Amino acid sequence: MSIARFWRETPRRYNLGGSKCTMCGTVYFPPRAVCPTCAHHRESIGKMEPFQLSGDGEVFSYTTVHEPAEGFEMQVPYVLALVRTVEGPVLTGQVVDLAPEDVRIGLKVRATFRKLREEGKAGVIHYGYKFAPAEDLPNRPPGRPRGAVGAPAGSESDRAAA
Amino acid sequence: MRDVAVLGVGMTKFGELWDRSFREIGIEAGLQALVDAKLSSGDLGALYLGNMASGSLIDQEHIGPLILDYAGLGARHLPAVRVEGGGASGSLALHQGYLAVASGLYDFVVVGGAEKLTDVPDATGNQITSSAADHEWEVVFGGTLPALWAMIARRHMHQYGTTREQLARVAVHAHEMGSKNPNAHYRNKVTLEQVIGAGPVAEPLGVFDCAPLSDGAAAVVLGPMELAHKYSERPVRIAASAVACDTMAVQHRRDVTTLDSTVLAARRAFEQAKRAPADVQVAEINDAYTISALLALEDLGFSEKGHAGPDFEAGRFARGGEVAVNMSGGLKAQGRPFGAVGVAQVVELVRQLRGEAKDRQVANPTLALAHDVGGTGATSVVTLLERAS
Repeated sequence: MSIARFWRETPRRYNLGGSKCTMCGTVYFPPRAVCPTCAHHRESIGKMEPFQLSGDGEVFSYTTVHEPAEGFEMQVPYVLALVRTVEGPVLTGQVVDLAPEDVRIGLKVRATFRKLREEGKAGVIHYGYKFAPAEDLPNRPPGRPRGAVGAPAGSESDRAAA
Repeated sequence: MRDVAVLGVGMTKFGELWDRSFREIGIEAGLQALVDAKLSSGDLGALYLGNMASGSLIDQEHIGPLILDYAGLGARHLPAVRVEGGGASGSLALHQGYLAVASGLYDFVVVGGAEKLTDVPDATGNQITSSAADHEWEVVFGGTLPALWAMIARRHMHQYGTTREQLARVAVHAHEMGSKNPNAHYRNKVTLEQVIGAGPVAEPLGVFDCAPLSDGAAAVVLGPMELAHKYSERPVRIAASAVACDTMAVQHRRDVTTLDSTVLAARRAFEQAKRAPADVQVAEINDAYTISALLALEDLGFSEKGHAGPDFEAGRFARGGEVAVNMSGGLKAQGRPFGAVGVAQVVELVRQLRGEAKDRQVANPTLALAHDVGGTGATSVVTLLERAS
């Protein structure tokens, strides 16, 4: 993948920049130029505004991947999940900082900024969001993980950490 | 719009065809179909070719004229059009050929589907075919086709209680039927224990829950129904051809456990044909992953939502069941040469409707359904085929 192709998506991949339809209020990630769900499809053109996701969500479904996508060979086995964010959009991303057997549907997670993959020894290193547990697990303490991205949601654990 | 008939069918063996090139398999299927149709080459109006990824797989784009040329039709200067829709490329090409004949623009067309997947290593083939998913928002984050389908499976199990054994039964059935199909990639039978015990690909899916990467080609000749009996002793009418699309990524679906594209394509097809799911006796459906088949049975209207697993276990979709599903062995056992799959489904169903399916023959079918899916369901195509009286 070229540098430009990855670089142009950094506001989304590094910082969860989505969009919101000002006609119906629905939030999208990645951002969209036109609202696909509201009755004002045509009228929403030019009326979508930037919207920052908090990075908080929960696991909607998941899999443990043994035959990896290109560039993920060193991470096998890894947990991939559909994460439903508190703002509504569902994101596809890895769940890290836990043992695969500890992931479950409904697990509270929070986005964290990590290295996704690298293109060999001389190629581009891709960074972006993954998700880490945001609740007590047998093998991991609670709280906002290192490298958390997105606007702090002001949750109990955030205030406690502050 | 006029009625369209399938006048001839042909296909190559599916599998690891290391001794054969893309153009060789493409023309073999096409010429078989032409001979089967008792048609003169001079009657042809156009070629439609379904293919997903020849540029990445064999470094060759512009394959419409390539196949036309090596089929000996280059000097006739026919229009040759390649059609792409991920794994549904073949049946999308069929849809284009159907429209061309139905409209009256051409009388006779060849619709082919071909894919050469084993000229690259397995890992490369998996990576290239994963481009039928959303590269920027699924693949870049670690997604693969089996991983995305595995998340659909996990959610289906969570919501409806679908079991690992029910998924595995789909593969056992596919291999059972593949053992009766001389063109199949896999002709060995497998047991429930083998499927469940196989190495994991993306949990809960294992190696035997995933269709293979195959080489293969298939072709059909289409013509107007009013001329059909002149060119075929047993013509088959295309009762409906319908396409529907959905969001590119699984994460944006209305319901992760439903392919709305399949629901809509089926609804449009049954409306066009003025028929219902209960009228279908034999079907070829997408079983690229075992979970894909269960979703398809529900979304096509053969099972209630969430009931496909128990229905499959109860034998409703076996040969001799209410709807005989994937008598060819499906994508799982007959094989999965992406762009050829949808056309090969129609080849199998035409043979079933003609009574030529030998060991796989269903008793006296009159209405058949083909269901083809691209990616994780961004495109679905449903075709209804009817034995012409």
